[in-house]
Amino acid sequence: MTGTGEAVGFWILGTLMVVAALGLVFVRKAVHAALCMAFVMINLGVLYVMEQAEFLGIVQIFVYTGAVMMLFLFVLMLVGIDSSDSIVETIKGQRVAGYVLGLGLAVVMFLALGSITLPATKGLEAVNNPADGGGNISGVAFLVFGKYVWAFELTSALLITAAIGAMVLAHRQRLTEKLSQREWSQRRVRENTYVAGLPAPGVYARHNAVDTPALLPDGTPSELSVSRVLVSRDQVATPITFHAAEQAIEAEIEDGSAR
Amino acid sequence: MSLSHYIYLATILFSIGAVTVLLRRNAIIVFMGVELMLNATNLAFVTFARVHGTLDGQVIALFVMVVAAAEVVVGLAIIMAIFRARRSASVDSANLMKL
Repeated sequence: MTGTGEAVGFWILGTLMVVAALGLVFVRKAVHAALCMAFVMINLGVLYVMEQAEFLGIVQIFVYTGAVMMLFLFVLMLVGIDSSDSIVETIKGQRVAGYVLGLGLAVVMFLALGSITLPATKGLEAVNNPADGGGNISGVAFLVFGKYVWAFELTSALLITAAIGAMVLAHRQRLTEKLSQREWSQRRVRENTYVAGLPAPGVYARHNAVDTPALLPDGTPSELSVSRVLVSRDQVATPITFHAAEQAIEAEIEDGSAR
Repeated sequence: MSLSHYIYLATILFSIGAVTVLLRRNAIIVFMGVELMLNATNLAFVTFARVHGTLDGQVIALFVMVVAAAEVVVGLAIIMAIFRARRSASVDSANLMKL
């Protein structure tokens, strides 16, 4: 029914797609799942082109891998890249039940497909290469702006509603007025807390960056001087790494004064 | 190779998407499962268009893509709003209506 080239392409792409889609179920990190998904979508685009749906194939790659998956990755970065899935079951037996239901769904659909025979393939050669010289894109355009023009118009309403909805959902209303620098300083004095401001980070002689906590008079690092984001990521530098070097310098100075 | 192979592939992808929705706890991955199911149906649409020799199936697949894009935008905004309120993107943590 189809050419050998298409069969070879189908088996290669189909296998890769199923493996990548299974990654969606089994992979721990959300970013890896997103990459698996992007891979599946690119392969789907290629399959569409193989199935004589050139326009849809290109749109698939543009819209899905280009826009939708990037949106997914964007939200992943906002939500936190480390938010890996917990494997603790909250409902007893849910994992097993999920596998069974999924497998059952596949089996039911396979049986249903096995009991039917597709009509003889007509193929799209006739509609994709009509006598007037139009191609797949013109054919799709004739349908979108002809037979389905009402659905197309409704689509625009849907897209505008979705955009406005996303804006409303993502909007955060400021409950109080934003404080200016002057008001912050006045508030500090009035409340008598950190009147001189929080301690600034980075006062080591050898290292000067925001990941370096300020040292209190007794030598302990001040937690107030570093961002709590860095603390929770475990990216704060400690003075311990510099102790050896410091002792070497001190020993050298002592040596010099002894001479 | 007959065209029904494409339908079988769409079936497998749809089932994997359904299992993802059922099993994963991270709302974003659940959402990707929904996307996978939509894509699987698109593949079936395109294949049926080829079987019947008309472009209608391709046009419907195009509309499915548009609806999926709109759905992704709103869904991700909802996930963001939930994350902002509860500091978690897990579907288990949104249990405000639980007694």
